Amino acid sequence: MTDTAIDPGVDTAASGVEPGAAPPPGAGGPGPPPVPNFNIVPVRALPVVAVVLIGLIVAISTNNLWALTFFHVAGGGLWTSLDLFLGLVLGPIMGSLSIPARIEFTTKFMPKMLLIMPTLVAMTLGAGFQLARHVGNLEASYPHHGWLVASMVIVAVMSVIALGLLEPANLAVLFELKKPQPNGARIQRLMKVFIYTAGITGLMQIATIVIMTFLASR
Amino acid sequence: MSATVDVLPPGFGEPDAEDLRQADYPPVMPLAVATLILIVSGGVVVAAQYGRPPHLEVPTILLGLATLLLIVNAVLVLRIREFARPVFFRVLGWALLAYAAIAGILEYVFLYDHTPAKVLALFSGMLVLFALDVPLMLAYSVARWQPPDAT
Repeated sequence: MTDTAIDPGVDTAASGVEPGAAPPPGAGGPGPPPVPNFNIVPVRALPVVAVVLIGLIVAISTNNLWALTFFHVAGGGLWTSLDLFLGLVLGPIMGSLSIPARIEFTTKFMPKMLLIMPTLVAMTLGAGFQLARHVGNLEASYPHHGWLVASMVIVAVMSVIALGLLEPANLAVLFELKKPQPNGARIQRLMKVFIYTAGITGLMQIATIVIMTFLASR
Repeated sequence: MSATVDVLPPGFGEPDAEDLRQADYPPVMPLAVATLILIVSGGVVVAAQYGRPPHLEVPTILLGLATLLLIVNAVLVLRIREFARPVFFRVLGWALLAYAAIAGILEYVFLYDHTPAKVLALFSGMLVLFALDVPLMLAYSVARWQPPDAT
C-alpha cells in the first residue's frame, strides 16, 4: 500500500480531503499526525469491571434465577448491540473521518473496548452456562437439546473470531499508536480487522438470539 | 455504506522494518488459533453430553492435540531471533493475569456444580490451555509489530 492509496469510487467531498491537498486544520501540517497521550488500559474503569465480575460470581454461587437471567440477557444484549453498532454504524463512519480524527477517536475508544468486551463476554457466557444448567436446558434429555448445542457451536466460532482476531487487533492498534512514529497503514489494516470481525460476530449473535428466544418461548 | 478515504499523510504509511521482518516469523497466530479451535471444540463436545455418561475419547484427543500445538508454538516464539521480547513478556504477564481470572471464574462454576472428576479434569486442562493460548496470541500480536529493542 502506498501512502496515498485511495479506495475506488471514493467521495472525497464527504471528508473534505482531496488527494494531494493540504492537510485539514488541526492535522498539524505535513508528516505524521499527532497522537494524543492515552493509557492502553483505562485503570479508572477496573473497579467497575471488578464489581461486575463479583456480581457474576455471586449470581452463580447463589443460583439466583433473576440474577443469572439478568447477567445473561443484559450481557448478551449489550455484546450483540455493541458488535452490530461497531460493524455496521461506527465502522463506516470511521472510514469517512480524516486521519487525525480517526486517531483521536481510536485513542479514546479502543482502550475502553479492551475492558468492555471481555467483561460482557464473561457475563454472558458464565451466567448463560449456569442458567442453562439451573433450569435444566443443558441436560441431554432436554427436548430442544439440539438447538442448544447449535448455539454452543455458534458461540464457539464467535469466541475464536473474537479472541483470535478482534482482541489481538485491538491491542496491536493501541501499542502501535504508542510508538513515537506510528505506522498509519498498519493501524488502518488492524482497525479494519477489528471493525469487520466485530460486525461478523454481531451478525452471528443474531443467530444466537433467534435460538435463545425460540428456546425461551417453548 | 459510506465511502472510505484512505489518504495517509507522507511518512505515515510506508512499510517499515517491522513489515519487512514479518516474512521471517513462524506461523504463530495460525497455530494459536488452531489451538483455540481445538480447545473450544473439546469444550462443546463435553458440554453437549451434559446429563448423561459422557464419551471423553474425542475431547481427550482434542486436548492432547491442543497441548502439543501450544508447546510447539511456545518453542517457535522463543526461537525467534529478532523479536521485541521485553514487550512480549510484559503483555504476556498482564494477559496471563487477566485470563487466569476469567479461567478461574469458569473453574469455580465447574467446581460449584460438582462436575464429575473425569469431566472436571478435562475442563480444567482446557481452561489451563485457554489461559495460556490467548495471552500468547495477544502478546505475540503486539510484539511482532514492535522494534526488537522496544521495552
